[in-house]
Amino acid sequence: MSKLDPMSDLLRNKSATLGLALIALIVIAALIGPALAPYDPLIPSPLERLKGPSSAHFFGTDSLGRDILSRVIYGSRISLAIGLISVTISLAPGTLLGLLAGYFGGKLDSLIMRLMDVLLAFPAILLAIFITAILGPSLPNTMIAVGIVYIPHYARIVRSSVLSLREQLFIQAIGHLGGSHGRIIWGHIFPNSLPPIIVYATLGMGTAVLQAAALGFLGLGAQPPQPEWGAMLSEGRQYIQLAPHVAAFPGAAILFLVLGFNLFGDGLRDALDPSLRSL
Amino acid sequence: MPLGYISRRLFHLLLIMVGVSVLVFLMLRMIPGDPARLLLGELASPDELARLRTQLGLDQSYLTQYAIYVKNLLLGDFGKSVRTGAPIANEIGVRLLATIELSLAAMVIATLFGIAAGVVSSVKQYTLLDYGSMFLALIGVSMPIFWLGLMLIYLLSVKFPILPMMGRITMGLEAPPVTGLVVIDTLIAGQLGAFWDSLQHLFLPSFTLATIPMAIIARITRSSMLEVLNKDYVRTARAKGLNEVIVILRHALRNAFLPVVTVLGLNFGLLLGGAVLTETIFSWPGLGRYVVDSLMSRDYAAVQSCILIFAVVMALINLVVDLVYVVLDPRIRVQ
Repeated sequence: MSKLDPMSDLLRNKSATLGLALIALIVIAALIGPALAPYDPLIPSPLERLKGPSSAHFFGTDSLGRDILSRVIYGSRISLAIGLISVTISLAPGTLLGLLAGYFGGKLDSLIMRLMDVLLAFPAILLAIFITAILGPSLPNTMIAVGIVYIPHYARIVRSSVLSLREQLFIQAIGHLGGSHGRIIWGHIFPNSLPPIIVYATLGMGTAVLQAAALGFLGLGAQPPQPEWGAMLSEGRQYIQLAPHVAAFPGAAILFLVLGFNLFGDGLRDALDPSLRSL
Repeated sequence: MPLGYISRRLFHLLLIMVGVSVLVFLMLRMIPGDPARLLLGELASPDELARLRTQLGLDQSYLTQYAIYVKNLLLGDFGKSVRTGAPIANEIGVRLLATIELSLAAMVIATLFGIAAGVVSSVKQYTLLDYGSMFLALIGVSMPIFWLGLMLIYLLSVKFPILPMMGRITMGLEAPPVTGLVVIDTLIAGQLGAFWDSLQHLFLPSFTLATIPMAIIARITRSSMLEVLNKDYVRTARAKGLNEVIVILRHALRNAFLPVVTVLGLNFGLLLGGAVLTETIFSWPGLGRYVVDSLMSRDYAAVQSCILIFAVVMALINLVVDLVYVVLDPRIRVQ
């Protein structure tokens, strides 16, 4: 039965496979970037400024004459790192807070969840902007800001799955048999609440890439000459009338990576948690 | 309407607002550098700095500073902008209306097209139309809106100059402000040419801002409709021989509407966040762009005020959505 085998369910899902292919393509580009990129992504070439796509430069060149394809390829490393690191920064404290709130309940639960409500009261991008302003504009600070903003989302998801697990017979039985809180939480509740965490983290990678690109676009993320896609788009904005390709290609790269995470995340959700299939 | 529920929700809202103000207050204190020096510049004398510190209450304890800060907020005194020297409350007022105009227009576009796409997808499930619109919706949520905005500018303002690329209205066509919403004001003044001009200015930014909510609304409408379309009452309506359009709109969509309303409310938060980016791209003189500009010139008093306003507006919208939910569905028994 396919229901018992999430992996084969996932592989049979065409859109999930497409998503995985998109992610794989960008991961490969990131891994073998130097071998793949036709030019150095940082060295300017004044004679080649703002050239449109051609056989010499497939994606054209930017305002300093740098090859956009090479910059997009190198930028994939930055965007993947942003996705992974930001999600880890949200995931670790978010999961811990959700586990504690859901398992112990009572005042601790109220305290944690009210704190999370406060963080959720801000539009995500605004809170990220504010945090970056405090920490100072840079790539690592962007990752921290985007990470902090999404902590409440993970805390809520983990808490709600802990709440339903806590009532399950096998968990109560372990409690009656003298299992310590630590053992029940980490040995039994945490592993059983992993599927929604995995699904949300995959979808969250796409969101993190988008938010970090937005910060980069506003000049708060990666600083020049780093080939970060959002920052490249920001530069392209100035030349939108003369050379639209400068903005077009980095934006398309963001779209492909985020689409990949969303397609794959949707597929994972269908495979791991069929009850959410209709959403 | 259950009064106990409303008062509980208002109390919760108040708690969140206290939390938000504490958080913003603490975060501002974490910004490196002396705020007095920031205001007066590098050339200020120690005496001037000390005087301003006393004036701003910076020599008081954090608790006293917070009390002063909250008192001023409650009195509507947000301080003065470092950049312009004007009271921040005045600057925010005009810009907030520009953002509201943009967000409302975006919400109308997102709701109309999102619901239409969702309904068509559910009725034509597993057809090319369904797959096509759901794939478009997925692209909608995966796309950086600042990129879409730039591409639309290139296509519709540069390559084919059909629509203006920036601002709210062509200079000189402004109508006297009544509501602060330019489209409505021009209509009130009976200036149809100016009305059309402002609508044209509004279209690109609001469409750009609408894409993500539109995509989400389309997806949720589809799934909600699919659940309802198999219900007995829909079958009964069809068996009665009712026109299919009436069955879908009156019997199915009406019952599928609750999750859609929730999503509509949640999306206002997305819209407000999206406004920061959209307004930057289209030079829309709203609150989002004001935050970015203030940030760039390190005008933190203005930044914090805007963030608070955004948080309050978001909380109020969530409250309204919850209440609408109760009104829409009498079956809901609020716990």
